[in-house]
Amino acid sequence: MEILVCVRRVPDTSENEIELNAAGNDIERDDLVYSINEPDNYAVEEALQIRDGVGGSVTVVTVGGEDDEEVLRRQLAMGANRAALLSDDAFNGSDGKGIATILKKFVEKEHFDLILTGVQADDGAAQVGGMLAAMLDLPFASLVNSIEPSEGKLKVSREIEGGNREMNGIELPCVLSIQTGINEPRYVGMRGIRQVASVPIPTLTAADLSLDPGTVGKSAAKVVRIDYFTPVQGQGAEILQGSREENAEKVVEMVAARGGLR
Amino acid sequence: MSATLITNWFVSEFGLLLSIHALGIVCFFYILAKRMEPLLRAERDFRFDRPLVRVGRLAKYWFGQWRHPRYKSAGILHIVIFAGFILLAARAFSLLIVGVSPNFVMPVLSGPFYDLLTDYAATVVFLCMVIAASRRIFVKPARYQVPAKYGKGHPVDAVFLLGLIALLMLADSFFAASGTVSNTQKAQALQEVAPYSLPWLIQIFIRSMSPASLALLNATANIVHAITFYFLLCYRPFGIQFHVETSLFSVYFSKLDRESLKPVRWGVAEDHLDEVKSFGVKKFEDFTWKHMLDFYSCADCGRCADNCPSYAAGRPLAPRFLTTKARDYIFQHYPVFGSRKESQPLVGTIYSEDEIWSCTTCGACEEECPLLIEYIDKIVDLRRGLVDDANVPQSLQKPLKALESRGNPYGKLEKKRADWIKAKDFQQSCPVKVLGNGTHAETLYFADSIISYDERMQSIGRASARILQSMGEDFGILGTAEKDSGHEVRRFGEETLFQALREHNTEAIRETGVRRIVTSDPHAFNALKHDYKDIPPVEHISQAIARGVREGKIQLRPLSENGKTFVYHDPCYLGRHNGVYEDPREVLDAIPGLKRVEMERSRDRSFCCGGGGLMLFYEPKEEQRIGVLRVKLAAEAGANTIVTACPFCLVNLEDAIKTAGLEGKMTAIDFTELVDQQIERPGTVQEPEFETAIVGD
Repeated sequence: MEILVCVRRVPDTSENEIELNAAGNDIERDDLVYSINEPDNYAVEEALQIRDGVGGSVTVVTVGGEDDEEVLRRQLAMGANRAALLSDDAFNGSDGKGIATILKKFVEKEHFDLILTGVQADDGAAQVGGMLAAMLDLPFASLVNSIEPSEGKLKVSREIEGGNREMNGIELPCVLSIQTGINEPRYVGMRGIRQVASVPIPTLTAADLSLDPGTVGKSAAKVVRIDYFTPVQGQGAEILQGSREENAEKVVEMVAARGGLR
Repeated sequence: MSATLITNWFVSEFGLLLSIHALGIVCFFYILAKRMEPLLRAERDFRFDRPLVRVGRLAKYWFGQWRHPRYKSAGILHIVIFAGFILLAARAFSLLIVGVSPNFVMPVLSGPFYDLLTDYAATVVFLCMVIAASRRIFVKPARYQVPAKYGKGHPVDAVFLLGLIALLMLADSFFAASGTVSNTQKAQALQEVAPYSLPWLIQIFIRSMSPASLALLNATANIVHAITFYFLLCYRPFGIQFHVETSLFSVYFSKLDRESLKPVRWGVAEDHLDEVKSFGVKKFEDFTWKHMLDFYSCADCGRCADNCPSYAAGRPLAPRFLTTKARDYIFQHYPVFGSRKESQPLVGTIYSEDEIWSCTTCGACEEECPLLIEYIDKIVDLRRGLVDDANVPQSLQKPLKALESRGNPYGKLEKKRADWIKAKDFQQSCPVKVLGNGTHAETLYFADSIISYDERMQSIGRASARILQSMGEDFGILGTAEKDSGHEVRRFGEETLFQALREHNTEAIRETGVRRIVTSDPHAFNALKHDYKDIPPVEHISQAIARGVREGKIQLRPLSENGKTFVYHDPCYLGRHNGVYEDPREVLDAIPGLKRVEMERSRDRSFCCGGGGLMLFYEPKEEQRIGVLRVKLAAEAGANTIVTACPFCLVNLEDAIKTAGLEGKMTAIDFTELVDQQIERPGTVQEPEFETAIVGD
């Protein structure tokens, strides 16, 4: 099975203190460390497991700049067969639809049986997977937490209320958005990355993708970010300002005071 | 029986013995060659250096049986059996030769005195076999038990072997007794067997036998002896008794530098590791020949498991079974009859992942093993194999990734690494220099990640700084230039990441131009001391404080409040791995009014707190927390305050006090925090930072 996984590099929420910048139009980006978006990592792992089971290859792709190559390299170290970076100045400022448009062009250049995305990016809005499927006129299943491949189709499940699962059949080719927890992604260490250091990662521009630059980028974006702000403290809300221990004690006290602990 | 008959019998006995010898020796060497086969396919291991040191260790640990008395009854029993064996080995050889060449006289180990000695040796060994077999049959010590998940125990095998040795002793004694009686009857010489020995007892019963019967008895005893001897010789390589042959080599080739870890690959320089295709142990043949030899040598005495904190807490690991499963693997894959079987990956077949990650590398097993069998290197090698196959528990992936990108396992910002010195009151009373950019100092205080970032453990850093200040040390920290020492990174098998961290720190340390390094974290201490190269000498702060107390650089105030009973918990990487047992105790005892007790498990038998570094992130499968077991040991010792000298121990012990429901009854405090409180500082008001930690109830 030929599998494409669309990935994205994001600030790692477990290793950063996310704060808004002074202007309020972005987060503070000094001292940020980045990694692959977590659900995307699960998507790559799932793709690798499917490939190892039924054969085929795994390609990872991202839309971004030079810095984004590092996540592609990491996924190659994980075991992806090849990677491609879709990069062009014209892509800057794309909204969800713009990103989907770029990815669509890449998909059309090649042949894939299965396209995976993470369920959503840490800094995204869970739009790209669905839009990409619609643009390619392919079936789409979201929030997938298990995949069973069989001839020409897949059985996929998603979690519904009460921890139950709903099982769906879907024809190949298709697009799936992958939920975290679907598997246990393998570890990628420095040694693994070093071993794929010389694997070439091609960069494809708008021209390479035969893409009209006017359909993507800032000018084509219909959803525009206006502002970032911290919500105003509402009535009844209380923000604890003490040390970790003090806060923990305070929380226990408060819950107990309201009859939450017996 | 006529003389001819006896002669005929003698001839046939002679022929029979000769055939037994030939057959026995051929079989033994065939089996030995088969057992050597995996060792020849193994990885390299450099164990041929420092022969004098090795011979010395042989004298101490093998010949001297140094570690056996750590378990009194079993240990003494073993020493007696061993001594008997050594004495009898010479006799067995001479007996075997006498059988075919009656005039042979063993040089040195012969003569009436030696005969006397061996008579007693045979008697004592025989009795030991009876006692040992009864222990196995009736007493059934818990440490010999094998839980079903680790395979089957070998009680029948053990008793059978003991029986065989007893038979050997009996045959030996019958031979000696019948020979003596026969000689006395013929009045060839007046011979005496040792009074009250086994041959002496037998002699009483056979004294009136006819010469012919005596000759027959003598010959039978001789043949039974020879058959039993060779049967044992050939049977031993099929089980735990093989250690009789292999222990000599295991001890001779034992690891000399116990503190340092085995390199990824012997004979490959660290900067050439990229050329090594596969790291660690994945299949059996990835073990080194010495590690395979260990598998043969293990006598399955269970002492390692008996001291293993992971096993005690019900984690799926016991060092003993790591070995016995590997030995069973050899027996299956390198059969004595038939050809070698295809090798398989070890993890997933004989070992489980949880088993390999469960080890805290505390070293209790290695401290205990009478045959100096190594475990930490094997565990780390197996982990290297797992890491190389991208097989790392989810709980460890985040901290490892954070160590790579941020230099600490918590994923905290690098620029906040020195924030612990900026605490309000502390900064004014004890300003700490951040070295580099023109700031110099004599001594570097290496904080490491947990003391730098963990709110509770930062107190250890500040206490240490105040102590160093009181001792008049000119010291500073690396600040944001410091990264995690990588101690657990290496021990969890991530060698490449460890080397990157080490390279960074080494450069940062060398740039400061300091003359010495002090740390409060035994893990950092162990890493800097043994894993790093070309950096100034390193001390744990307890060593520096002990010296300060001895030299009178610091005075300790009497402990004001009473009702406290202290107990010192030895951190594994300070005590067992680096031999620092007395310095912290000496300082504690220098505090007037401090009442201190010892736990049953202390010093080199200290019981791990649950493990430091990455082990804090790992989610083991266990029945209970290791720390809880430790806290209960402290309570049993009658203590209500545990003093330790390691931030990780403190994390685990403080947690365990809560988990064990001992809050209010028991407290834990770091050694530096206690010393900081008790230091006499003339002209200043004493304001300990962690009053609650010591005041407790």
